[in-house]
Amino acid sequence: MANVPHTTAPRRRRAATAGFHLSATALAVLWLLPIALVLVTSVRSFDDIAAHGLGSRPRSFTLDAFRQAWVDGGQQRALINSLLVTVPCVLVTLALAAMAAFGLSRYELPLRRSLLLLMLGGNLLPPQILLIPVSKLSELMGVYDTLPALIGVQIGFGVGFYVFVLHGFMRAIPAEIQQAAVVDGAGPWQIFWRIVLPLTRPALAALSALSFTWIFNDLLWAITVLRSDTKMPITAALIGLQGQYVSMWNVIAAGSVVAAAPTVAVFLRFQRHFVAGLNLGAVK
Amino acid sequence: MAVVTASARKSPALAHGSRRARGPRRTPPLVLAFVLLPLLVESVWVFWPALQGFYLSLTRWDGVSAPAFVGLGNFREMAHDHVFLGAAGHTVLWLVLFGGLSAVLGLAAALLLQQERRGVGFYRAALFLPVVFSLVATALVWQAIYQPDGVLNHLLASVGLGDLRHAWLADQDTALYAVIVPALWRQIGYVMVLYLAGLKGIDPALYEAAKVDGASRRQRFRHVTLPQLRSVNAVVLSVIVIDSLRSFDVVWSLTRGGPYHSSELLSTYMYSTAFQSLRLGYGSALAVVIFVLAFGVIASYLVRAFREAE
Repeated sequence: MANVPHTTAPRRRRAATAGFHLSATALAVLWLLPIALVLVTSVRSFDDIAAHGLGSRPRSFTLDAFRQAWVDGGQQRALINSLLVTVPCVLVTLALAAMAAFGLSRYELPLRRSLLLLMLGGNLLPPQILLIPVSKLSELMGVYDTLPALIGVQIGFGVGFYVFVLHGFMRAIPAEIQQAAVVDGAGPWQIFWRIVLPLTRPALAALSALSFTWIFNDLLWAITVLRSDTKMPITAALIGLQGQYVSMWNVIAAGSVVAAAPTVAVFLRFQRHFVAGLNLGAVK
Repeated sequence: MAVVTASARKSPALAHGSRRARGPRRTPPLVLAFVLLPLLVESVWVFWPALQGFYLSLTRWDGVSAPAFVGLGNFREMAHDHVFLGAAGHTVLWLVLFGGLSAVLGLAAALLLQQERRGVGFYRAALFLPVVFSLVATALVWQAIYQPDGVLNHLLASVGLGDLRHAWLADQDTALYAVIVPALWRQIGYVMVLYLAGLKGIDPALYEAAKVDGASRRQRFRHVTLPQLRSVNAVVLSVIVIDSLRSFDVVWSLTRGGPYHSSELLSTYMYSTAFQSLRLGYGSALAVVIFVLAFGVIASYLVRAFREAE
């Protein structure tokens, strides 16, 4: 009897571990299956899919679909457009947000809390209320159907959220550090650039990874302020591809892979920042 | 509740104290510029357009001639607009199904994957991977699955359920549900990450104490885990409601709201009314309805942020 607990406890633990891995694997497979499917479809030939059906076992291998999506489908240009929008947006939004958060968190400005919430509130608005005025506004400013219009609205709409998150982060920096810098004769710019920004790096890294995906994946703003196919970013181009290559599933799948690749790369490279960013925004 | 009232009572006193202690201080002009520049950018692209949006909802406008003021005419029209009523119903259904399921399944996934052990990083990454896909790419992946000759129908046939084979997106009875599934596939990983952080923040001593008191696994979940997750729940709720009302991309890429408006949401109806039918006044009024639906959640989020900023 004495050694019964010795043998059953590890056995039960082993069974629990096996059960865990079994259910977690099933879940992971369920989640990865659609991704595997689109990868497989993207390297099949059109004839193979047409003859045997989309759900059939693949019988061909070709990278033709990628060439079609990339060259004929205009994905190359679309991807460049996306990067031309996303990279400046991320940099400018975070720079502006860091500035505002610095002012609001480190100085006794009048109405600072109201300003902070006003800026956050702007980001929480449903974008629908802004679509019509924003498209008319960009016409009025003469930037309708140009990438700067998309960059402008992405920055304006996004900045409030990042101000809020960075404010929470900068507020936690001890006041003594700032006071010591003031005593040493540092002005606000030096405090910002040499002290607060370096200490905010983790949050900035997290928010960069996050905002890159958000801006890169956006569809609604793009189709609101842009019209020409040649200016569309990759998400909108993907919808164009869907219309242009109706039921040519290999091309559509290849297009989806191209459109998803940059954000997946960012995610895999900066996974920890990414998850940290989501939590910064929410659980704070 | 006790925590909330306590902090609410404390906050004004704190604010007074700090203001008196430091006194009014001159703000360096650079700092003022730091705050005003971003505010200006947001005003141009968000606040000013938002005000215009509210005004336009009271007008009839084709985008070419001047907007004609019609008061609440647009809102009166909605009462008889069957597409609007359908879209509003679908939006509520979307909130309940998409929101409810992503919260429950996201929490379940977090509970399953909360313990640090071998392989758990891979499982988490697998569930999280779709979060980084655009909703358009997600939609196209699932469109291929839903095709009449696609994987789903193949699977059904191979397990002997061939009778259920279906043109999932083309059938008015299934289109909306077929659109929710890809949205869920992408959202659950996100909610899971939020809950994982929440679960990590729970003091293990609470579980130990409950165990010592003889609480079963289920009791520990009900009386320790759930109450401790209250603040995360509030965040998840706001995220879900705001995301639900914004849901546009996935529906637009899969069905454009069809067939016969059977998967129409307020967001897609607003977009097609404004930019395809060019009824900009009525479209703005639809946007105002979306805003009103989101308002409660936005307000409570801001109230929480207000307390947080203290």
